[in-house]
Amino acid sequence: MGRYILKRLLWMIPIILSVAILVFTLMTFCPGKPEAIILGSTATEADLAALREELGLNRPFLVRLGSFLEDTFLHLDLGKSYITKGSVAQSIAEYLPRTFILTVATMAISICLALPLGVMAATHQGQWQDNLSMAFALVGISVPNFWLAMMLVIVFSVILDWLPPMGIGGLEYYILPAISGSLGGVAGLARQTRSSMLDVIRADYITTARAKGVSEFKVITKHALKNALIPIITIIGTQFGRQLGGTMVIETIFGIPGMGQYIISGVNQRDYPVVQSGAIILAIVFSLCMLLVDLLYAAADPRIKAQYSKRGKKVRKT
Amino acid sequence: MDNLENKSPFLEIRGLTVEYFSKETVVHAVNSVDLTLEKGRTLGLVGETGAGKTTIAKSILRILPDVGARIVSGDIFLEGTDISKIPEPEMRKIRGQKISMIFQDPMTALNPVQTVGSQIEEVVALHNAGSKAEFRRRAEEMLELVGIPKERYSDYPHQFSGGMKQRVVIAIALACNPELLLADEPTTALDVTIQAQVLQLISQLRERLGTSMILITHDMGVVATFCDYVAVVYAGSIVEYGTKEQLFDHYQHPYTTGLFGAIPNMSLDEDRLHPIEGLPPDPTDLPKGCAFWPRCKYATERCKQEKIEMTVTSDGHLCRCCNLDLLSQEGAI
Amino acid sequence: MTEAIIQRARGAQPKKKSEFVRVLKQLSYNRGAMLGLCIFVLELVIILLAPILAPYDYAAMSSAIREGPSLAHLCGTDDLGRDILSRILYGGRYSITMGIFSVMIAVVFSSVIGSIAGYFGGRVDNIIMRILDVIQSLPGMLLTIVMSAVLGSGYFNTILALSVNCIPGQARMLRAQMMKNRDAEYVEASQSINCSRLRIIAVHLFPNSFSPLIVQMTMGVANMILMASSLSFIGLGVQPPAPEWGAMLAGSREFFRSSPHMVVFPGLAIAITILALNLLGDGLRDALDPKLKK
Repeated sequence: MGRYILKRLLWMIPIILSVAILVFTLMTFCPGKPEAIILGSTATEADLAALREELGLNRPFLVRLGSFLEDTFLHLDLGKSYITKGSVAQSIAEYLPRTFILTVATMAISICLALPLGVMAATHQGQWQDNLSMAFALVGISVPNFWLAMMLVIVFSVILDWLPPMGIGGLEYYILPAISGSLGGVAGLARQTRSSMLDVIRADYITTARAKGVSEFKVITKHALKNALIPIITIIGTQFGRQLGGTMVIETIFGIPGMGQYIISGVNQRDYPVVQSGAIILAIVFSLCMLLVDLLYAAADPRIKAQYSKRGKKVRKT
Repeated sequence: MDNLENKSPFLEIRGLTVEYFSKETVVHAVNSVDLTLEKGRTLGLVGETGAGKTTIAKSILRILPDVGARIVSGDIFLEGTDISKIPEPEMRKIRGQKISMIFQDPMTALNPVQTVGSQIEEVVALHNAGSKAEFRRRAEEMLELVGIPKERYSDYPHQFSGGMKQRVVIAIALACNPELLLADEPTTALDVTIQAQVLQLISQLRERLGTSMILITHDMGVVATFCDYVAVVYAGSIVEYGTKEQLFDHYQHPYTTGLFGAIPNMSLDEDRLHPIEGLPPDPTDLPKGCAFWPRCKYATERCKQEKIEMTVTSDGHLCRCCNLDLLSQEGAI
Repeated sequence: MTEAIIQRARGAQPKKKSEFVRVLKQLSYNRGAMLGLCIFVLELVIILLAPILAPYDYAAMSSAIREGPSLAHLCGTDDLGRDILSRILYGGRYSITMGIFSVMIAVVFSSVIGSIAGYFGGRVDNIIMRILDVIQSLPGMLLTIVMSAVLGSGYFNTILALSVNCIPGQARMLRAQMMKNRDAEYVEASQSINCSRLRIIAVHLFPNSFSPLIVQMTMGVANMILMASSLSFIGLGVQPPAPEWGAMLAGSREFFRSSPHMVVFPGLAIAITILALNLLGDGLRDALDPKLKK
């Protein structure tokens, strides 16, 4: 098992390197000059040229790429923002936790809503509970999260004045953002839960459990759900990536200074170091989360765990 | 003296009728079945796939699927109590303890994410008081009993072969010393060489514990070796019932005749097999009268119209045919 | 002998046609899917006829600033006095077509990539899969934002930026199907009569591997419409004064407390479209699922 984790971590290195090269190359082809945005429209030709030289933007592409890779990966220097001149690493250290917490909170809400909905739909297949939950899930998936965010703010902040409409601070500032992001995820998860449960409920080992005298509740929770969770975990993994992206949009609505705002404004202002380093960090976080999901998957399903630990020797079947 | 005569049988099923239904169709899986079984004996249920044998067994335990299956009518008496009517919590106490079941397909009968040991332990803990350590010890005992080293307690089902998985299923079924064992084609999914082993195991354990058993099979050889009584099932009804000797030596019903006739005789030089002509009836659209008449050489008008009752031929030998005299005249029986 | 093989190779084709009819029939039993299909087709017709149906010119400003829904303006007006209903009708031309075209472009690319990876396997497959891995290690929105910045804002550029999103997922699915079908007999038969590899892939393998992709495409259109509006919302993609639905929502942000109708209607337009596509996609998935064949 440890070997598998190590293999995955090692594999991340070339991938992250490739991501870095990809993003760097893409940003190089971005139209618009950073020096023009920094100095504004009043700058003279000479000033522009001087700044451009200072930022090292005149060097050939490969030289710039090489120095970027060297700085980032060898010296672990994430650069300085063109606009604020501040350390990118410091900014990321401030913004990333907020984005991450918001994404995790959103996923947690999605899971807590989706699993019971899916289980209920599966155990009452064809009846009103099934139809209602699936209809709810369908609506959830169709509503754009930023629109939902605005609607929620209208209801809960403007009309009812229960929750703050924007900014950061205590827990209550995260509630509306997390809810607006979660509904889209609830749909997919609830549907997958339902179909997983339906598959599992018909399995023979469920009949065996009933034949042992296990109570129906325990049959559903202990036997069926544990098995149904396995494909659900993979869905959670794929959803996490979408959620991370969605969180970036949510942040702009609620004025939460997180990675979303940071990178988006970096893109708009051609602040290369911000975008490059930000993208790399997000890619690393995302890959680590995928690894975590795969490990959870192995923890849930002993057959997968066996596969991961195989390393050449055959699983003994006697 | 009187006590012996008035003693009610260990298991008695009366008029069991079960349907599977969907929005469009109704499947008449079991049609007014009567069965009895005495303590310590083995009853063999024989018949083709889809005849309703598994449904009968599942109805005894009341583990038919919630959606789409229904016990329409019938009484099931276990030592005098009608277990088809008792409330669910009481029934749960019986499942796994007084009555337990061995299923057909060992590959899917075990929970893939639970160790085999804990699956045995679960049934022990459900029906007994005691400490976790005691339960574990009992589970290990059962593993050894079925021939699996107790070191394999923490292994998962996917690490076992089919035959070993079935042994685990047997261990689960017998862990609480049940009084009635329902074995649904326990060896059909296994290799021929393993079949004999598993059946021997079941038989030995059963004798040791004095368990009564209903053995569902379509293999007449298995019936001959392990059963005391035999009931032949066709299209959800019992068409013939008797002791093993009665059935093998003096079978009567045309369907039973067909079953025995279909077994190839290794000592004769034959080119072709002798199947029963026709196909089993569509359970959503059973023929009126006797369910077998479309395939029966001797079918009469009466067979096609009337609901046929059981005829008692000799002591305890029952046959659901109205033409037994005709058949004996023709020399068929 | 060769006759029989040629017959078998040809025999693969009619199977596809009757399969198509069967799927359509099964789809027609699903009321939700039919509803989704009708709504979407209706929307396509509406946006096609927008110039005729729209009560006002979508860019026409008036003095009726931020008025709520009334008989004159069924969905109210925005902060420049423009009729929201007309803007929604014209905006559909942007949003819906961006969704459709981005998926179509993606399908072209992913078909080529997926077919090559699936048919040839081995090293080629490995390399392609690693490249897709790299693209997929960036969260989708992030990649699209960067692509959008590189390509610039505007209708066509956004379509390209969006299509990059769909390519990895579709390519993988196609590749899996191709690998499954690669060993089928009709492929062998085609090879034995000296069919060129291109012909085998294009004429025989691809049509038989295509069906799961259809579901993905339908859902893809829905996702792309959503993503297009998200992009416009954060200032990339299509910008005001173009009446793209996301851009309309971006424009109404400052006013959503005072004039909620400016937010409700464009959002509703997006939601209904996506709902219809999801219903259709679900129905297609059920119809194509071999386990549910009636």
